[in-house]
Amino acid sequence: MARVIVITSGKGGVGKTTTSAAFASGLALRGHKTVVIDFDVGLRNLDLIMGCERRVVYDLINVIQGEAKLQQALIKDKHCENLYVLPTSQTRDKDALTVEGVTAVMDELRKNFDYIVCDSPAGIESGALMALYHADEAIVVTNPEVSSVRDSDRILGILAARSRRAEQGEEPVKEHLLLTRYSPKRVEDGEMLSLEDVKELLRTPLLGVIPESEVILQASNQGIPAVHMGNSDVAEAYKDVVARFLGEEKPLRFIQAPKVGFFKKLFGG
Amino acid sequence: MSILDYILGSRKKTANVAKDRLKLILAHEREAGGPDFLPALQEELLTVIAKYIPVDKNNIKVSMERKGDFEVLELNILFPDQH
Repeated sequence: MARVIVITSGKGGVGKTTTSAAFASGLALRGHKTVVIDFDVGLRNLDLIMGCERRVVYDLINVIQGEAKLQQALIKDKHCENLYVLPTSQTRDKDALTVEGVTAVMDELRKNFDYIVCDSPAGIESGALMALYHADEAIVVTNPEVSSVRDSDRILGILAARSRRAEQGEEPVKEHLLLTRYSPKRVEDGEMLSLEDVKELLRTPLLGVIPESEVILQASNQGIPAVHMGNSDVAEAYKDVVARFLGEEKPLRFIQAPKVGFFKKLFGG
Repeated sequence: MSILDYILGSRKKTANVAKDRLKLILAHEREAGGPDFLPALQEELLTVIAKYIPVDKNNIKVSMERKGDFEVLELNILFPDQH
């Protein structure tokens, strides 16, 4: 039975697309047939992060409007065997996504994939609502920062009220919290909300912590999902996230600042 | 942040300020928001109650809040004076 997972946050720029790309790639690396869908109509970017921007011919909107078959729009990922990308359109028509159209695409994908990962746009407008509507599970991407935490709380409320599961009175969407851009040193210095703080504020189970890292920019520069970035902290952290999602016990890593010497401690640096 | 910074007081610990502000605003917004069906529920309850007891529309309040693992639906009705 296919599972639909929405990657959402409310706030923009917190790492939804980075997470969608890394998480979907991680699931595929573990042998699960996975598709990742861009729901950010008009601001397509998942294709760039996945490194398939030059292979986009047809998109989600073409499929919904009957101009292309789903098979024609799905792009096979070049890094993973079991992974496909469904890009969105660059149209400025905000109503291009219809409930019926998205439902039809989802129903067809459910027949062919184990996991359907939906990369939500920022905000709480129709695109974001469409992305979360079919979700069985949600990964709420949050930065340890006031505006991101507040927006995550809003989106958690919307998940509980506006998803298909909520509307049809089914078991609620399973919520996971993913903290990104986490800086253990700044947390230790009392300058950044800690993972315990955010967990307590949002009352949502923590799926993982992704450390702040320059590797993310190196990955997006090249169009390589972060999970493939060698043995970097970020790649390892995303692999842990996927393992925990699949039900494995993995202790949190990269949440402690490296020890610094006495002189550095005294004078800073 | 270095120990010298700390001694000289050049930087404040701001994470606690962030947490306290968020605690307040989230509690406030959760209360204000509530599930979408609350206004409709309030309207329907009022209709049923009004069938038996004359109550003022403004004297009925329905709210929902989370307490730990539970969600508590609170219903407050102010009955009119009997005399």
